Amino acid sequence: MNQDVIVVENLTKIFNGSLVAVDHVSFNVKRGEIFGLLGPNGAGKTTTINMLTTVLKPTEGRAFIMGYDVVKHASIVRRSIGVVPQEYTADEDLTGYENIILCGDLYGIPRDTSKKRAMELLELMELTRFKDKKVETYSGGMRRRLELACGLINRPKVLFLDEPTLGLDVQTRSAIWNYIKKLKEEYDMTILMTTHYMEEADNLCDKIAIIDHGKIVITGTPQELKNSIGSDIMEIIILEEDDVTNLINRIEYVKEVKKRSDRSYIVRLENGEIVAPLIIDNLSKKGYHVVKLSISKPTLDEVFLTYTGRAMRDSEEARETIMSQRITLRRARR
Amino acid sequence: MMLESNDGVKFKAMLQGFWGLTSRELKKWMKEPLILFMAIIQPIIWMTLFGKSMNIGAILSTSTLNEINIPDIRIPGNLLNPQIDGVVTIPSFVLSENLRSIFPTISLKAMESTFGVSDYFSYLAVGMISMLTIFTSTFSSMSIVWDRRLGFLYKVLSTPVPRSAIVLSKVFNAALRSIFQSTIILGLAAILGIRFSSTFSLLNILAIYLAIFLFSMGISSLFLAFALRSTRHETQMAVVNLFNLPLMFTSNAFFPTRMMPEWLQGIASINPVSYITDALRQLTIYQTNYATLLIDFTYLTVFAILLTTVGIILSWKYLTK
Repeated sequence: MNQDVIVVENLTKIFNGSLVAVDHVSFNVKRGEIFGLLGPNGAGKTTTINMLTTVLKPTEGRAFIMGYDVVKHASIVRRSIGVVPQEYTADEDLTGYENIILCGDLYGIPRDTSKKRAMELLELMELTRFKDKKVETYSGGMRRRLELACGLINRPKVLFLDEPTLGLDVQTRSAIWNYIKKLKEEYDMTILMTTHYMEEADNLCDKIAIIDHGKIVITGTPQELKNSIGSDIMEIIILEEDDVTNLINRIEYVKEVKKRSDRSYIVRLENGEIVAPLIIDNLSKKGYHVVKLSISKPTLDEVFLTYTGRAMRDSEEARETIMSQRITLRRARR
Repeated sequence: MMLESNDGVKFKAMLQGFWGLTSRELKKWMKEPLILFMAIIQPIIWMTLFGKSMNIGAILSTSTLNEINIPDIRIPGNLLNPQIDGVVTIPSFVLSENLRSIFPTISLKAMESTFGVSDYFSYLAVGMISMLTIFTSTFSSMSIVWDRRLGFLYKVLSTPVPRSAIVLSKVFNAALRSIFQSTIILGLAAILGIRFSSTFSLLNILAIYLAIFLFSMGISSLFLAFALRSTRHETQMAVVNLFNLPLMFTSNAFFPTRMMPEWLQGIASINPVSYITDALRQLTIYQTNYATLLIDFTYLTVFAILLTTVGIILSWKYLTK
């Protein structure tokens, strides 16, 4: 059954009567999908997640998880979801193992079951060695893995990941993503995640919604989004000095050819990597030699720029700034 | 799917959530040797310094008489015996001797009629239990502010654990800590010379624990209710500090309410601190008056149930924004 596991209809949250954090957001997530909410800090991603995980009450609109209303059937929703919040929420004074068991208790999982699962999850997250160490001694990556383990103790059908790699270095980030992919396969989960890392969203998500100023700007697969703003850009350099503009232009799928310099051409086209062999073939049949061919794809950065009118990078700052922003944001949110 | 699960399973799951949170609090407490040490050392400091320095009994000691100039007393003789003419003089030393011999009895009676016991240390030692219970219970509300601040509360709120369990685990923890501390105070008081009444028995300790438990439940629920939405520990600290000393001084913890001005007596008569303190005194240093004790316990029970209920209802409403 390919039902929608998450249904969001006009979800809105207004803080203190005037601060509109989330503005009539609607989207659906299908079973087994990884759905990404992509947007800069303060776009309303976390507030959306907090409403879906029943931590915040929506001001307006409705949302359903597995068919249950997040307000009316909050306790049923809570049972079937796992949440990995943006902040490190583990109790620093307890050990990693104690934290996982505590999460199990919060879900009412019988102790012998939760003990078994805790050991499995610790193993999966490669934390077994540190399980009896206080969390305050953990590194950022370890804490994130522990949060993941906690979020998975109840074998959730739907997992919410709020900036799961925020503030982590590149290696740790890719390690975390490997875990998440592994988990998704293992537990057949639907995942809703937020991120402001473009590459992450591009590589991982089946579907993306770009959110800015509390509104969803566009939804689609990463490919759809990139296609929506136009075509690939190919640069060809040939050995000969003859003008081949018309020759290339006649090839199917090619939208536009411009001669840049003596032997270099800029070609705009759809599905560059499929058409590239065709172009090389056509040129070599006429006796031309392609020296260099490169294709650059439109990135989500460009998608974001196109739809919001500003670059995502503008809103990204150094790690320290993000951290201090988070504290301020957290104050505003609560 | 979960709708079908029967109530027994649900209840068990709820209890488990509650116990998980409570044992977290206790573990945090036990794991921090400094806090545990402070919890033990604090009563010791208060008992030895405060308890022994406020030596009110000494005010009415015989040495006071040395500083008083007692004059000779002259009485018309015929008042004593119609046959005596003139004036009879009783020399001051006779009076002084007499006063000296009955003064200890006077001071004892004065102490007894004021404090119900003849030594102030015993009176104060019990008040100290109330005081530390107030401190432990009011400050326990700080932890929910920290939980919110550190994000822990956010995670807990996204789990199916009943919102009431979040509050109750903190209430329970405060009560257990208060009981632990009161045990230390009682033991210490026994060493430092508290005079238990003849009605005191070890069984009374169970009743003492019950009284402390009820009182702590009520007070910590009250202050947790203040802290439910608070994100700043400074604010909560101010609330706690504003109330805990007045709570103590408008009660019989350190001084009998009978001696207070009437308006203050009115406050004291509704202050739960008066009831816990009286209950504790009835169970330790006083000859137990069961009627009074019954009133004390009734009041404390109502207080505990009422405020815990309020705390739970508010937690449903206000923990989630």
